[in-house]
Amino acid sequence: MRSVLADRKTILILLGPALLVYTLIMLVPVLVSFGLTFFDGTALFGFDFVGFANYLQLFTDDQVWAALLFTLKYALLTTVLQVVLGYGLALIYLFLLKRSSVFIRTLVFFPVILPTVAVGILYSKLFQSAPVDGLANELLVNVGLGGVDWLGAGDTAFVVIVVMDVWRSIGFYGVLVFSGLLDIPEDIIESARIDGARGFSLFRHIVLPQTLPILFASFIFSINGTVKVFDSVFALTSGGPGSSTTPLTLYMYRTAFQFGDYGYGSTIALLLTIICLIITLFIFRSSRSDNTR
Amino acid sequence: MSTATTRRLRRPILSALAIAGVSVLALSACSAGGDEAGVTSFTFTKNAENTTTEPVLDALIDGECKAANDAAPLEVNSIPQAEIDAQMQLLASQDGLPVMFSAGGNPAEGAKLAEAGALVDFDAKLTELGVRDKISEGAVSTIEKLYGGGFDFLPFQYNIEGVFYNKALFAENGWEVPTTWTELTDLAAEVQAAGKTPFAASGEQGWPLTRLVSGYLFRSLGADALEKVADGSAKLTDPEYVAAAQAIADLGTAGYFGANVTSLDYDAATNEFLTGNAAMIYMGSWLLGNINGDGNQIGADNVGFFPFPAVEGGAGSIDDYPANVGLPATFAAKTADDPNVEAWLTCIANGYGNAALEQGQITGFVADADVDLPEISQTIADTIGSSTSSVLWFEALFNAEASQISSTNAALLVTGQLSPEEFMTMVQDALDK
Repeated sequence: MRSVLADRKTILILLGPALLVYTLIMLVPVLVSFGLTFFDGTALFGFDFVGFANYLQLFTDDQVWAALLFTLKYALLTTVLQVVLGYGLALIYLFLLKRSSVFIRTLVFFPVILPTVAVGILYSKLFQSAPVDGLANELLVNVGLGGVDWLGAGDTAFVVIVVMDVWRSIGFYGVLVFSGLLDIPEDIIESARIDGARGFSLFRHIVLPQTLPILFASFIFSINGTVKVFDSVFALTSGGPGSSTTPLTLYMYRTAFQFGDYGYGSTIALLLTIICLIITLFIFRSSRSDNTR
Repeated sequence: MSTATTRRLRRPILSALAIAGVSVLALSACSAGGDEAGVTSFTFTKNAENTTTEPVLDALIDGECKAANDAAPLEVNSIPQAEIDAQMQLLASQDGLPVMFSAGGNPAEGAKLAEAGALVDFDAKLTELGVRDKISEGAVSTIEKLYGGGFDFLPFQYNIEGVFYNKALFAENGWEVPTTWTELTDLAAEVQAAGKTPFAASGEQGWPLTRLVSGYLFRSLGADALEKVADGSAKLTDPEYVAAAQAIADLGTAGYFGANVTSLDYDAATNEFLTGNAAMIYMGSWLLGNINGDGNQIGADNVGFFPFPAVEGGAGSIDDYPANVGLPATFAAKTADDPNVEAWLTCIANGYGNAALEQGQITGFVADADVDLPEISQTIADTIGSSTSSVLWFEALFNAEASQISSTNAALLVTGQLSPEEFMTMVQDALDK
């Protein structure tokens, strides 16, 4: 085996096709997109070289910064809620429900496999305020509070998007962390109990340190998904009302594919790429320092 | 061992290269063959929201267009309206336009296709085919006004816009049809006091609200109010333009659009009117389909129509109806001279007007069949027939971005989340890009 893998040609043959496909469908479009950031124009009339004009526009475009702020606010809040609540669920599965958790786990996991558009429609009906109230408003009205036009204002629409995405993915993080919890050897927990660790102290000193790697992986999964949020926002609010729930991805899509401004759209895409890169580097750096500890 | 492996692997590489080479050749052969074979199917890409054109074409297939359909069968594809402009521009740049396709929501974007020479000049083509007289001149002039001066689109719809009202409700309460803006706002207050919603409007769509802004502009500043914005001689941020946005925002502040207008979608707004909850709805004559349909609980006989009222002291005339050709369709220049396509174009020009009228639609094609229309449809048809001049709508001459910003922010304008100045500035900024 070693002699096979030591052979250069073998390496080339094994890696070549994958590398070729990757280059063609990933690297080439990325480079073309980067090149487009220096051009202005449409597919119909051709493109003109404009130097750094698109970058200047990026810095003076209020909508980009509003979209960036929305993206970061959403990513941060959703990631924390997804992982923390998922962690809580996993603890409930293991310590409260124990062996009978299978049914609950299946139920909570169910939204993960639903198509985003279906979940978007479901939530738009749940939080509907016109022409008739949805379930959320019915509840509010029944307990004596007034109905809210949930999707009619930016702040409340943001809350609905976060609630929807947390509901949609919490089952996944529950199962992910649960698998990490199962890896903790029973005897460690047993001996901690004998030593008098109970409740929070058992969690703080035994369970949490043991599950740090899986918790870390959960954060990586989550932040990667939430920074690039597109489908759930598109299905639920289409970025509205106005542009109050427009993330960078949706603004990029609109600019390039609806307004036909591929140059500026590519510039926004580059900004998004840089943000993803920074987050990835940040995560990998902290993960490395963790391992050497 | 390693030498043997290398030797054995060399042949698969050669095979793989050979397969790749053959595939490339096969693909290039495919594309070339398609061009030379001529048009074998009549491809039509429409906006997914359009549900009126295809049934008429289906009716034509059974009649006027049977032969054309046998030679090149109709093949319909749908894509979302918001994407159709960009998609068609991309296809035009790749020389891959379908034979016929719908325009998107932004005439300015459609005009770019005409400018690039990707579309048929219908004036010449229909004259050549001997069917130029099958298109009404009113519709042609609207198309020329919208699409940069040329007759490059076919009027598969022809609509005028105005206020539809609940006649029974008006008669019951002794309300008169308003002719001025003050009368309209006074009436709205009375309607609200009577426990009904004065105006049904979809804030989720946005454009039903901006239509009111343009209606006010055409009455206060004259028929060329928005052409001046398009040619740069006026700006939406000018005080007289902001005043129009203010007038519509005031309607919202007074609660005349009902509760939660931002979340109300198009169908729900239409239903508010057709179930008798709302007294009036500003809409185009395409609403006739719903008015004459089964979902109308107030009855088609109870629906009346009046033009957008005059603004006191304004320069515009109440007789200028906003008119449009819906989302018209056009033909790609590249395939237009193919005999199969010419057969289709001829039979559409000859038969579309009558086939559509039989389905209750009014189009820009000449219809000479004797069809018994419901009263409200007849009123609209007569108004179209007698109107001498028309105006466009708020976003008609905007680019795609300004159009999108305008419609998505309109609900915020009428709910006070954006001031009239902020709203007009946002749209003007997009126009200036």
